Amino acid sequence: MQKLFREFLKGIIKENPTFVLALGLCPTLAVSVSVINGIGMGIAATFVLVGSNIIISGLKNFIPDRIRIPCFIVVIATFVTITELTMKAYAPALDRALGIYVPLIVVNCIVLGRAEAYAQKSTVLNSLFDGIGMGVGFTLALILISAIREFLGAGTLLNHAVVKGFNPVLVMSMPSGALLIIGLLLGFFNILKKRRA
Amino acid sequence: MNLTQFLTIFISAVFIYNVILSRFLGLCSFIAISKETKPALAMSLSVMFVTTMSSIITWFIYRFLLIPFNLTYLRTISFILVIATFVQLVEMIIRKIAPPLYRFFGIYLPLITVNCAVLGVAVLNSDMFFTNNKAVTGSFYYSVFQGICVGLGYTLAMLLMSGIRERLDYCDVPEAVKEFPLAFIIASIMSLSFLGFNGFKF
Repeated sequence: MQKLFREFLKGIIKENPTFVLALGLCPTLAVSVSVINGIGMGIAATFVLVGSNIIISGLKNFIPDRIRIPCFIVVIATFVTITELTMKAYAPALDRALGIYVPLIVVNCIVLGRAEAYAQKSTVLNSLFDGIGMGVGFTLALILISAIREFLGAGTLLNHAVVKGFNPVLVMSMPSGALLIIGLLLGFFNILKKRRA
Repeated sequence: MNLTQFLTIFISAVFIYNVILSRFLGLCSFIAISKETKPALAMSLSVMFVTTMSSIITWFIYRFLLIPFNLTYLRTISFILVIATFVQLVEMIIRKIAPPLYRFFGIYLPLITVNCAVLGVAVLNSDMFFTNNKAVTGSFYYSVFQGICVGLGYTLAMLLMSGIRERLDYCDVPEAVKEFPLAFIIASIMSLSFLGFNGFKF
């Protein structure tokens, strides 16, 4: 049990997909305009990660080594399609806000990265917890970035105004704001890492 | 189908909605391979080739396979599989018939399979140039042209970035932001200047 918990926990801090492994940055930057979008993307990616991790670790003895990447991609794309259709049916507003970045979860390096580096060598249960941990770590990173961007760019958090008389810095809602914030955050985490070492 | 439409696609794909600086597609390769100009150019040319070819292939699949059989919900799966297979095929052909070219491009080709820019163009094309499951007039030419332009935009951003980073080697930068963080901050400033193209209209 403790071991499973450790599998879960490593995705959140020690091997955080965004800040430590620097994987899957494209959707992170594109959808982090508001916290709601960030959470939506996080949940969608977590679902795909958990689903594909379970299936791939379950099938690891049946997938020939030479064509494993196409096999992984088919499994991942299936889960992405499920997510896409579910989101279109039950959360059309979120689907419009996330746009082409939902189908692009297929090529999110986190999902394929975990399949290749972890799920194909591990048991189903371990992969399940690894998937949840990575997904939660990804979602937390998205929430952190989108909270900073939404606060600076629109002066709100979850669409509620937080500080009175705050003049929003519009550029933070734009692409260049996203790149600047991820750059500064990565630098900040580098400093933290150095301090601890 | 007219010239202004092509011009609009060109301006918006290369400058206003630049794949990297505004849509954030293909960011991983952009940050990882932009340290020197030569590999950056090789990567850009392979991306341009693959975006163009995959625009052509996915258009035919969408128009003649997915729409007639009412299977448009299989778009993601079919596109990614076809792109992956195509890239693998190109890699094999190049290795067989042009070994020098393979040494130049070879290692970047497999990376392109999971480059979001390639799948992104295919998805964008099917969103933009098909309305209510019908191809708009000239949709095939628009799709191919958009594929080329997205590749051009990628090349532009890649060359600018690698030029800047080559110079940065001689600069004394703070320890904490060396390499990746600094690359993001530079990309941010580049993206800010590309913002100036917003509002270009024909």
